[in-house]
Amino acid sequence: MNSSKILEITELTTCFDTPEGLVRAVDGVSLVIESGRTLGVLGESGCGKSVTALSVMGLLPKPQGRISSGSIYFQGKDLVRKSPRTLRALRGSEMAMIFQEPMTSLNPVYTVGEQIAEAFTIHEHLPKKLGLQKARETLFQVGIPSPEQRIHEYPHQLSGGMRQRIMIAMAMACRPKLLIADEPSTALDVTIQAQILDLMLNLQEETGMSIMMITHDLGVVAEMSDHLAVMYAGKVVECAPVDVIFNAPGHPYTLGLMRSIPRPGRKFSSGKQALAEIPGIVPGLIDPPPGCLFAPRCDRAFERCRLEMPPLFNLKDQSGSSHGVRCWLAESMAQQPATQGGRT
Amino acid sequence: MQTGVLETTRQPRALTRPSRIRRLWTKICRLRMGILGGLILLGLLAAALLANWLAPHGPFEQDIMSRLQPPAWMPGGSSEHLLGTDGVGRDLFSRIIHGSRISLAVGLSAVILQVLIGVILGLAAGYYRGWVDSSISFMVNVMLGFPFILLAMSLVAVLGPSLQNIIIALGLTGWPIFTRVTRVEVLKLRDMEFVLAARSLAFSTLRIMSKHILPNILPSILVLATVEVARAIIRESLLSFLGLGIQPPTPSWGAMLAEGRDYMLMQWWLAAFPGLAIFLSALGINLLGDGLRDLIDPHLRKD
Repeated sequence: MNSSKILEITELTTCFDTPEGLVRAVDGVSLVIESGRTLGVLGESGCGKSVTALSVMGLLPKPQGRISSGSIYFQGKDLVRKSPRTLRALRGSEMAMIFQEPMTSLNPVYTVGEQIAEAFTIHEHLPKKLGLQKARETLFQVGIPSPEQRIHEYPHQLSGGMRQRIMIAMAMACRPKLLIADEPSTALDVTIQAQILDLMLNLQEETGMSIMMITHDLGVVAEMSDHLAVMYAGKVVECAPVDVIFNAPGHPYTLGLMRSIPRPGRKFSSGKQALAEIPGIVPGLIDPPPGCLFAPRCDRAFERCRLEMPPLFNLKDQSGSSHGVRCWLAESMAQQPATQGGRT
Repeated sequence: MQTGVLETTRQPRALTRPSRIRRLWTKICRLRMGILGGLILLGLLAAALLANWLAPHGPFEQDIMSRLQPPAWMPGGSSEHLLGTDGVGRDLFSRIIHGSRISLAVGLSAVILQVLIGVILGLAAGYYRGWVDSSISFMVNVMLGFPFILLAMSLVAVLGPSLQNIIIALGLTGWPIFTRVTRVEVLKLRDMEFVLAARSLAFSTLRIMSKHILPNILPSILVLATVEVARAIIRESLLSFLGLGIQPPTPSWGAMLAEGRDYMLMQWWLAAFPGLAIFLSALGINLLGDGLRDLIDPHLRKD
């Protein structure tokens, strides 16, 4: 499992200054992405998935957001301690990001060709004409029909799926080694979702890039990822290879997420097989209560859960892959508390 | 229609596609108000540039014997003085034509100055936030709270009344509105994902501001600028009215309007025609601004 890691996040804590107080949006998160692999980051809204991604990219909203501790090693370099200039040199060329909302992620006043070409003209110092030529090739690569015409069109003339393809084309322009995808398929309808995910898988096969796939959709995780990290209220609560988690979810939260997937034939509201829900909402992150942050919503919580935050216990299962679970229930099964987050 | 599958259906459509002239004509019809505005402005520019040839009389030429003549079509008017004469017998029509120079120069230059100051500050305030924003916003609020006339008067008093100084005074007092509008638009845009995407591709801050944010707010700036040109013309007339603007006998519409006030009851044309000139130029510039916005906004642009 110790093949080359492209990204290793250790004990990352990212804070936001808000009028109500300091918010730890990301609190001691450790993640690892191996070269050429995909890490899924799963969690509901506001659990710190996107902030983790923005921390890696160095795109935290200023002046409110900042990384207060931890390290982010990207290809052996600690991004937290690098100057903004070094970070900028990496962005776009070494790592790139795509966003959730294809409606607003393209600039409405330029044609899509101009926008893709800009990435080439800046990073590869190509003249504008050659950049457009490259843009055409990239559009073809991401499966856009008749790119000849499309490069002269404006974003509002394209459909959501089309725009997301263009976003991917822009991000892929300079062949990044790491692609961070922040809910790339959430705003699209289901058939288009599958196309976009397929496209990303194909591009990964072609280029050997690594992907950090942020999503709240278990289906997307199952299809795309090798490893999975489940986040809750700014912390990683469970991380392991995808099949391990799907076979034996260790954290009550993960279990709850899985049970809340609607299945055909099941009723939504009543009966034994009713669709499960996780009661309550994510706690506020200003002055969080002591203990496990999931305890108020957990049906299996006991005394200790409300008093003490559990560490990430490392369950070793039959296959020998590591399986980190942040829950007191896992204590008995754990061999030793994982000191430094689960390897994914 | 552009996907490969439907390729075949496009051919017949192409046959029924309206001819080039026809498309040009529909475009002209759609932009007709803008074109009208452009024509008005063009006329004003022509008047300003060709004043020496167009005006039947010199702007300072006094004919004391035919003072306060009414316009040509009224009893007592003569074709010699199309719009009548003022209190010292100067030809009103000629003075309005010459006055367009001052009004256009002041209106356009002052607004260019305002846009330069206002938009740059607004971009900085909206994009950087924090203390940059606080200090710029504070400045804007102070400026907006301060009576314009007092500020402009003191500026002109210090600098001395001249065309150049009036432009400077109007420019230095009028920019806060541009800062406000720009700042709000930038605040809206800076968190849009395309700006984040541009940052994720490591484009420089200057590039993001000038090439990604600025073009998106240009339509608002343009519309505001056209309104402000009209306002600058009126403000110039206000300063002239107070004796701090263009010094007599140089003809400016504002000064003429001010002089005409004394004769308002009996010789209404002395105030009415310079006022009409201000109104027409303001209207023309506004129409042109609207048309230009329609032309440059991709959402409103159709082939």
